[in-house]
Amino acid sequence: MESYKLTVNGQTREVTADPGTPLLWVLREELQMTGTKYGCGIAACGACTVHLGGIATRSCVVPVSLVGTRPIVTIEAMANDPVGRVVQDTWVAQDVVQCGYCQSGQIMSAVALLKSTPKPTDTNIEESMGGNLCRCGTYVRIREAIKAASQKLK
Amino acid sequence: MKKLYSLPAAICVLLAVCGAWSAGAARREATAQPKPAPTSRMDGLAAWQQVYSVLTHPRCINCHTATNYPQQGDDRHRHFANVIRGQMGTGVPALRCITCHQSANADSTGVPGARGWHLAPLSMKWQDTSDKILSSSEVCTALTDRARNHGLDGPGLLKHHTEEPLVLWAFHPGRSIDGTMRTVPPLTHEEFVEATRKWVAAGMPCPQNK
Repeated sequence: MESYKLTVNGQTREVTADPGTPLLWVLREELQMTGTKYGCGIAACGACTVHLGGIATRSCVVPVSLVGTRPIVTIEAMANDPVGRVVQDTWVAQDVVQCGYCQSGQIMSAVALLKSTPKPTDTNIEESMGGNLCRCGTYVRIREAIKAASQKLK
Repeated sequence: MKKLYSLPAAICVLLAVCGAWSAGAARREATAQPKPAPTSRMDGLAAWQQVYSVLTHPRCINCHTATNYPQQGDDRHRHFANVIRGQMGTGVPALRCITCHQSANADSTGVPGARGWHLAPLSMKWQDTSDKILSSSEVCTALTDRARNHGLDGPGLLKHHTEEPLVLWAFHPGRSIDGTMRTVPPLTHEEFVEATRKWVAAGMPCPQNK
C-alpha cells in the first residue's frame, strides 16, 4: 500500500491504496464519491469518465500510481463549472436521461468536447461521444442537448 | 676539438629514440577509434530486412495504419471503443489516446502506455486501407522520403529508433488485460538499433522489387 496526495475537485485528498488500484475505485471506495460510475471496467463504455489534467479520462483503467499531480475533476464538480452547469441544465431541459446510469460519464465527455470545440458539428459529436455507451439509447437526445448547450454557451 | 660519440653510445641513443617513438605510436593506436568496416549495399539490404521485421510487428504497425483508427492485438483488429485518429493522430476531444493510455504501462488494468501515445501520421502508413502490410520496398521508400517522414535523415531515423518513447515501448509492451505479456518484435531493441545503424551506414538502400 502507498499513500497518494490527489487533487480532487480543487481539494487535496490523501489516500492509501495499492499502486495498481484504478482511480475509479479510489474515488468511489476511498473518497466516497459515487457520482462516477463503474460500467465495464475496461474503458469500453465511458461510464467512469472524469477529467484528469483537463482530459476526459477513463478512471477505471488508470492506476492511482499514474495520476501524479494532475488535477482530477469529477461529476460532483460540474454544477460549479461554467460549462458543466450549462450542460447539466440543458440535460434536464431536454429530458435526456432515461435510466441515468451512464449519464455522469456522458456529461463529463460532453463538457470536455464543448471546452475543446465550442461549436461542434454532428461529426464532432459522434466522434467524441462515440466511446460513451448508453444502453437506453439516448444518443439522439444527447446530441441535441450538446448542440443546445453549445448555443447557450455563445 | 669536435667531440665524437662512441659507436655503442650512438646505438643506445638510437634505440632509446626508436623505443620512445614506437611506444607513442602504440598509445596513439590504442586511443584512436577503430575505423568501421565499410558497409556494403548487400549488408545494408540485409540490415533493412531486419528493421522491416520490427516495423511490421503488431507492436509497431498497429499505430501505422492507413485508416481512421488504430489497431490492437497480435491479430491487428480494429481498436475497440470507437477510437478514431483525429486530425493530429491523438484522438478527438472527449476520446483522446491519453483518455486511456497513460505515461507508462498500466499492468494492473492491462492498458499499455508510454509518453505521448499517438498514431503515426498517414504519410507513415505501413499498411493499406485493407490492412494489408506494405511490401519491404514500399515501407523503405516511405521511411526514407523526407517529405513524408518529418524531414528525418539517416542519423535522424537512427535517433528516432534509439530514443523515441513509443519505439522503446514496443520492446517493453507490458501485460495484457488477460494477464499475459504482450508479444515483442523479433529483435531486441539493441539489435534493432544496430540493424538501423548498419542500414544507415550503407546509405539506407531499399529493395527494388515492389
